[in-house]
Amino acid sequence: MQTHKTGIISSIKAFVRDPFRMFGIVSVVLLLLLTIAPAKDYFSQWHGYQRQYLRFIQNRGDAVTLRRHFEGGIQQIWIPQLGVVDRCQTCHLGLTEASLADVKEEPFRAHPVMPHKLTEFGCVICHRGQGAATTVKEAHHSEMAGEEPILPARYMESSCGQCHQEPLEGTPKLNKGRVILSRYGCVNCHSIVLPDGTKMEASDNPPPLTHIADKTTREWIYAWLKDPTSYSASATMPNFNLSDADASDISAFLIANSVPQPGDTAEVSAESHGPAPDPSAGASLYGESFCASCHATQNAAGNLVGGDLGPELTNVGTKVKPGWLVAWMRDPQKYDPKTPMPQYRWSDAQLKLISAYVQSKTNPDLLANVHLAAATPAQIAHGKKLVIEYGCASCHEIPGVPKSDNFGPNLSRIGSKPVVQLVFLPGMEHTLPAYLAQKIRQPRSFGSSFRMPRYNFTASQVDEVTTALLALTDRSFSLPANLQLAAVHETNYRPAGQAGQIMTSLNCLSCHRINGRGGDMAPDLSWEGTSVQRQWLDDFLKNPNTLRPALIRRMPRFNLTDSERTILTDYMMTVYQTAAFQRDEMPLTGYPPELVEKGRQLFYSKYACQSCHIVNPNEDKGYIGPTLTKVGARLNAAWIFHYLKDPQALRPGTIEPNQHMSDDDARALTAFLMAQKTGAGQGAKR
Amino acid sequence: MKANPWITGMLAVTACTGCMHQKASAPALKAKATGTAIVVVSGDKQLGGIGARLSQPLVLQVNDDQGNAVTGAKVDLTGPRGVVLDPAEVLTDDNGQATIKVTLSGIPGRYEVTASSQDAHGKPFTLSVAEFAAGYQQEVGYEVNEKYCSRCHNPDSTVEQVSNYDNLAVKPHAFTSGDIYNKLSESDLSNIIEHGGPAMNRSALMPPYEWTLNKAEIQAMIAYIRLVSDPPYMAPGVVYGKH
Repeated sequence: MQTHKTGIISSIKAFVRDPFRMFGIVSVVLLLLLTIAPAKDYFSQWHGYQRQYLRFIQNRGDAVTLRRHFEGGIQQIWIPQLGVVDRCQTCHLGLTEASLADVKEEPFRAHPVMPHKLTEFGCVICHRGQGAATTVKEAHHSEMAGEEPILPARYMESSCGQCHQEPLEGTPKLNKGRVILSRYGCVNCHSIVLPDGTKMEASDNPPPLTHIADKTTREWIYAWLKDPTSYSASATMPNFNLSDADASDISAFLIANSVPQPGDTAEVSAESHGPAPDPSAGASLYGESFCASCHATQNAAGNLVGGDLGPELTNVGTKVKPGWLVAWMRDPQKYDPKTPMPQYRWSDAQLKLISAYVQSKTNPDLLANVHLAAATPAQIAHGKKLVIEYGCASCHEIPGVPKSDNFGPNLSRIGSKPVVQLVFLPGMEHTLPAYLAQKIRQPRSFGSSFRMPRYNFTASQVDEVTTALLALTDRSFSLPANLQLAAVHETNYRPAGQAGQIMTSLNCLSCHRINGRGGDMAPDLSWEGTSVQRQWLDDFLKNPNTLRPALIRRMPRFNLTDSERTILTDYMMTVYQTAAFQRDEMPLTGYPPELVEKGRQLFYSKYACQSCHIVNPNEDKGYIGPTLTKVGARLNAAWIFHYLKDPQALRPGTIEPNQHMSDDDARALTAFLMAQKTGAGQGAKR
Repeated sequence: MKANPWITGMLAVTACTGCMHQKASAPALKAKATGTAIVVVSGDKQLGGIGARLSQPLVLQVNDDQGNAVTGAKVDLTGPRGVVLDPAEVLTDDNGQATIKVTLSGIPGRYEVTASSQDAHGKPFTLSVAEFAAGYQQEVGYEVNEKYCSRCHNPDSTVEQVSNYDNLAVKPHAFTSGDIYNKLSESDLSNIIEHGGPAMNRSALMPPYEWTLNKAEIQAMIAYIRLVSDPPYMAPGVVYGKH
């Protein structure tokens, strides 16, 4: 030790005594220190990628062009108003090179075509990650507080949803996810406030449980609560994983809590003494009434056939009480004022037929093993406690149980939830999308004490919901005003007066959209008065013959009285008009034969309309568009003319291609179509 | 320019550990029986999102020379980089079938999954199955196809969507017919879509979509056609004159 010390001291002494040597050594040390900065730069990861890129393009045919576009050093996109500082292009060098689209490996692949420019929004707004980072790990995979990892490609549409609250054609996944959030009632428990300050509204139709004992039995409620899919494969009610005892107690409470309503059980008994109806008559009335437009049933092959606006009816006879069913079919709004089901105005004989047919759709196995002992007051009290705990009242109306707002966590900014705040399951990928997907798929896998029920979603639906949730970010609230594109909300349109009352009882808006409110199953009626002729509308309401035989969803016949029909027709012809043109600006008849002939030629040769439409039933076969055999007695000439000029302007979203027709062509085609009045294919012989 | 020794070294190390990891994790499966051919039962030619698992699993069957299903035959599966096959080796079940979950990589395109097995003499036989990964553009193209094009171009009718194919005097081509579409360049295709059949001396039954679809949607539709084309579409390489 001592020798060492003396050695060092002596060498320092020798060093100080020789200034030349000291100068030399210090210079060498300084020189070495000076090289650290360039060396660090040279050996940095991004520099490696840039050298790799130059080697990569060397052997390509377009090397000269790519070489010319190449700029070394850190590349940066800076957009101050969005807070974007993106250096991704430092390594992703081929992003804007169209010729590198076929490259199969990152980071040199060209960016796929997208609706925005790269310089407009940068990278992290869509892809997330840390834009300012210059190492692969920090840019892509950081899990640190305040930082977020790259968003997997399959959820990319969520990024569009940060600005675009309105549905976009290019984001099918996001749109579907948003529809699920309201269609499956997610927003009944979780409130979601959009950046424009509006709340996402639920569009599911959970039935009120106020008079539930009139409708069904405690046994059915029990079986349904245990597993909704055992009753109907397409059930939208989630599974709460209830124990037998809990399901039994809740069913006891709901039955005990139900208030009987006069008129809920019905009075067809007077007629039921008549002769037994033909068993196939009920099935044909079910078919004629187009119940399948809204209600699905399982066919022999196990496939669901029919619409999803109403509940699946495969086993409905096991659920509903016969008396209630008749009363419901006579006037559904009496039991549930918010139901989308129309009042069909069936006669008592018809009611008996159809209810007997619907009642015959049973599954005896469903309740075969359900034996519940009479409920005790303790059970009922426990049932009520469970109903409050599980938040049943968030969706259903239950007397004595108030609806609690914000039952589940608020999800308005869930897409920005930091990973450090999440608890992951062992073996799970530590990312927000993975967490959300698992939470939607198996909510209780995070612990049995969680209240969230399990929905019956397919893998793609889980992806869609996850995408919609990931769009709810902090950033969407802090965007500049010109980038906040508001959601399209339903208007609160209600048809007025006497006609309005009839339309409300028919629930026209369940299928038709009028003035920004209503369903999308059937055509928008906002301009129906401009479109059709009065006589046709009156006949159609009397007996809705379909215009599109290929559709399985069709308008039913509502058995309207003559006066109801007149009121409806008058109202629609007067009120539902477009301001764009006058209904009567072109005559219904009196077109010169040469013009009709010219229209015929245009129809069959230049525009080849027969590929989708039928004018002459003996020759034409087109099945996509509506049949035009009697179109001259259905539509107004002015409507046809303007529709031909720009179909999407009058029927947004129609698949009829806009042919950019000249006025002359459109006029000739209108003349030809207006000549089709009786269905004999006038002037249509080829 | 020289290779950066650091990066090369790192890559080598990563590659080695990758190999070792793969070898270590693969349990040894022993074939209990052998067949002579692999056939597809279901799940081929599916269109899935990039980086997502296909909605239906790939189901393969091993047959013997009589065409009967063989139980316990070993099937090995290999795919291009980024494709995850779960499991990568499997014995056929009681029905002689093997079910494989397929997750496609993050880059859009056509992916060939190869299944191989050995016959009684140790001679291998294989089967290639194509799956498609749709990126943003192809997904948009798929939606455009579903809404507009497939009404006529898809000959299969369903209850929900009746096909117009049989009603047309001149039959359109299904988008999978690569021998037709692969001969058409991008500009040929966009010409037909934008200006209708007559623009390319084809049937007027194909209407123009120039004023119905926007440019991006037409490009997306072409990307979709290129993706599902069978035989696969090969993009022409960039050809430059010598300098």
